Amino acid sequence: MLLRHTPQETIERKALTINPAKTCQPIGAMYAALGIHNCLPHSHGSQGCCSYHRSTLTRHFKEPAMASTSSFTEGSSVFGGQANLVEAINNIFTVYNPDVIAVHTTCLSETIGDDLTQMAQKAKDEGYVPAGKKVIYASTPSYVGSHVTGYANMVRGMVDLLAVSTTAKKLDQINVIPGFVEPSDMAEIKRIAELFGKKVIMYPDTSNVLNSPMTGKFKMYPKGGAKTEDIALSGDSKVTLALGRFATGIGAKLLDTKHKVPCELLDLPIGLAATDRYVEMLKKYSGQSVPESLMEERGQLVDMITDMHQYFYGKKVALAGDPDQLVALTEFLISIDMKPVHIVTGTPGNKFERRIKELTENLPYKVNYTVPSDLFTLHQWIKNESVDLIIGNTYTKYIARDEDIPSIRFGFPILDRVGHQYFPMAGYKGAMRLLEKILTCLLDKQDKDAPEEKFELVM
Amino acid sequence: MNQNTTISPEEIKDELLRSYPAKVAKKRAKQIIINSVDKATDEVPEIMANVRTIPGILTMRGCSYAGCRGVVLGPTRDILQITHGPIGCGFYAWLTRRNQTKPATDKDENFMTYSMSTDMTENEIIFGGEKKLKAAIEEAISIFHPKAIGIFATCPVGLIGDDIHAVAREMESLHPEVNIFGFSCEGYRGVSQSAGHHVANNKVFTDVVGLNDTVKEGKYKINLLGEYNIGGDAFELDRIFEKCGITVVSTFSGNSTYDDFTRAHTADLNLVMCHRSINYLAEMMEKKYGLPWFKVNFIGAYDTAKSLRKIGEYFGDKELKDKIEKVIAEEMIVVEEIKKDVTTRTTGKTAMLFVGGSRAHHYQELFKEMGMKTISAGYEFAHRDDYEGRKVLPTVKIDADSRNIEELKVSADPEKFKERKKASELDSLKANKNMEMNDYIGMMPEMDENTLIIDDLNHHEAEVLIEKYKPDIFCAGIKEKYVVQKSGVPVKQLHSYDYSGPYAGFVGAVNFYKEIDRMVNSKVWKYVKAPWEKETQLAATYACD
Ligand code: SF4
Ligand code: SF4
Repeated sequence: MLLRHTPQETIERKALTINPAKTCQPIGAMYAALGIHNCLPHSHGSQGCCSYHRSTLTRHFKEPAMASTSSFTEGSSVFGGQANLVEAINNIFTVYNPDVIAVHTTCLSETIGDDLTQMAQKAKDEGYVPAGKKVIYASTPSYVGSHVTGYANMVRGMVDLLAVSTTAKKLDQINVIPGFVEPSDMAEIKRIAELFGKKVIMYPDTSNVLNSPMTGKFKMYPKGGAKTEDIALSGDSKVTLALGRFATGIGAKLLDTKHKVPCELLDLPIGLAATDRYVEMLKKYSGQSVPESLMEERGQLVDMITDMHQYFYGKKVALAGDPDQLVALTEFLISIDMKPVHIVTGTPGNKFERRIKELTENLPYKVNYTVPSDLFTLHQWIKNESVDLIIGNTYTKYIARDEDIPSIRFGFPILDRVGHQYFPMAGYKGAMRLLEKILTCLLDKQDKDAPEEKFELVM
Repeated sequence: MNQNTTISPEEIKDELLRSYPAKVAKKRAKQIIINSVDKATDEVPEIMANVRTIPGILTMRGCSYAGCRGVVLGPTRDILQITHGPIGCGFYAWLTRRNQTKPATDKDENFMTYSMSTDMTENEIIFGGEKKLKAAIEEAISIFHPKAIGIFATCPVGLIGDDIHAVAREMESLHPEVNIFGFSCEGYRGVSQSAGHHVANNKVFTDVVGLNDTVKEGKYKINLLGEYNIGGDAFELDRIFEKCGITVVSTFSGNSTYDDFTRAHTADLNLVMCHRSINYLAEMMEKKYGLPWFKVNFIGAYDTAKSLRKIGEYFGDKELKDKIEKVIAEEMIVVEEIKKDVTTRTTGKTAMLFVGGSRAHHYQELFKEMGMKTISAGYEFAHRDDYEGRKVLPTVKIDADSRNIEELKVSADPEKFKERKKASELDSLKANKNMEMNDYIGMMPEMDENTLIIDDLNHHEAEVLIEKYKPDIFCAGIKEKYVVQKSGVPVKQLHSYDYSGPYAGFVGAVNFYKEIDRMVNSKVWKYVKAPWEKETQLAATYACD
């Protein structure tokens, strides 16, 4: 047994987190910043955090994850990191020549109270920020929230420091802010929006950054990423569709308060109903009818659900991941009559708890969730009530193996499989891919375990 | 790929420095050295190493927490490890280093699959985290009943003034059956992982080694230091030692246990693999318990044989020496056979190695065995002695960052010190230069003239090197892997081995030969250009068909 010390009996823990179902803010901020074209994320703290974040992003995407660090020493920790940041900004523009440096803090710089606004100004005053170049920043203390919070804070930083409003009358264009999803999902979300024929401004956009093609030539700043000119224009849009309130809410709201761009806070378009709601919003704000091609995709998804319903029906699922994904997944699984019986996230937040309660309180079975929680608890719940399927990040495979439960990778980080970079789970097509994965997983298990006389050719 | 041999190393060095601001260029110039070795004295030029990373320059380096928790203590399965800090640090150190471990039975303890953290929140940052740490230790004891707990401090801990050592003492007095100790390995200490190695060595030495005097059965008892069982390296070495009749009392720290550590002092010899991360422990154990040490390298079949022979030489028994020769002869049959085949395809290919604090040296041996040439190499977090050899130690300057790491004052233990060798015997062993008794010759003396030695290589420099030299293979870590591969050069990760291995010992050498053969001769890199992008001439031929 790999997790041989996990007892079935649960005792309440107040201080010790075991096998976390979250990580820290800066990695989310770094990921979001990579969704700006020609941008170098910068970690303001000791170099260890930056090294860990880059390594994890690299392992997840199997792609370069470029970011720099202020490389604090003990001296900077005592006297503050201003000298380090100012020097870093000069070095970065000189050596790596990005259009934007997106600075985020770490526990260390937050604990000592470094003021990024003032430091960025100082770098500017000293002439280290070339004309036309930008330094944006976000405060991302890891002792608050999780990697999702860090993503949200960096998105807010983009709005705060890049978006402007130039006209009183809003333009016929739509902002889309995707949550902490894969580059493939971002591309799919944008593709769907663009089917409605209006200008779509989407940021962050990591597609073609963290899933870039092999060309034989390394590019520090790949082709993808939201252009700063477009982000600037987002202050003039007539609406912002914010997909996943935990990862995008504060950014979208700032666009509203600062630039009077109203926002619609939606769930991540994962699964049928959540995608329907996204599509309805696009229909509403574009004033266009839903394109035939999209209707066909929806129809195919529904076809798959109805044809395969018998295999989904009543199957118990354990879920681990981030709030936005979990809300959408829970709704989707319930809608196809699967039973999400255990739900775990490490990201704290009452709103999440309330959403899950709304989604599950009328179900005829009990659903376990406490927020925040960890994978150790999830494992204990599974020991007390087993499931047919586990959906979560790579770390859940230790539980899956010990308990002999099929599992599929979903969420962050996925360190041991590929595909998530390229094939979306968002939208109708993405939902079909998700169902395909679930089915394959369940049916493989059935094929493997069935006695010979029950082994079926056709399913 | 055709190597560019026409450019001089001086030109490359200029090119590396060209785009830096003056201050950066000045510093980097001292960390980029064109090698030249005085064959008589092994004298090499001085390199600047173990100095601060330049802010904003994309470095490979990590922090002292990573060196302490991740590298040195991480591979030990039954010391329950609690990271005191916000969640990230503990999360990233969770199972990511591939230290394999194999508990003797199903019932034996193995905490390596667990990541435990106090997950500090704002409240603790403001009001202090000691209370939460104590509660976390209580909870850990009640769930896991470990015999030992290590507490690892992350950056904020030192700043807010939590005293993890006081907490350790207090909790140990409440739970005398558990050995609880803390590591002050906050990430801002020192300039890289290296500081954390030292912190780890110190604490393991003061709080663990020497607690248990039970002597393990066996005639030739050794400890293997600085072997972390990445990809099963330590398993392979255990196999070889067993075959030779050599008893491994403890390995620091691949596939290791707490109990093994406690009686490490009962061995008769320390073998040092990764000099950078573990030499402190070797030195301190020699002073306190009288265990001599020497440098070994089990990467490469020939170096493995050489290292085994050194062990035979040290113990001096004919019986052992004969056994070792027999094992080497047996093992080399397969090695030579594979090598003969592989070298027909690898000879003349070129490699670059930028990794760690010893591996960039060790792996050059394997490449040499395959007829490949190392054209440039450097370490991520090594010190001058790892480059130039321990002979330079007296001249290494101690700067403010190194001073922060405690240097323990160690003297002979009145009861446990035991002389392993008579002074005269030791003297004659030391006189034998090949033995490297208490010594490490360093990487540079073993490298070719005019190779470029680069300390703390950064992204920009890596890009230039690849463009100019077009090596056939580049060895680095995960952050560099896909960056370099995007340029069409395959990368071998020497921290994680790309999820393969073992590469140590005889079996490891064979694995490595085959793996490198696969990498440098693979056709997959040729697919980068689409057929229609290739020579127009070729297209014309097709048209005629
Ligand atoms: S939790 Fe804080 S200190 Fe740890 S890796 Fe994240 S930012 Fe760095
Ligand atoms: S630098 Fe500090 S905060 Fe960052 S990973 Fe290392 S110990 Fe943690």
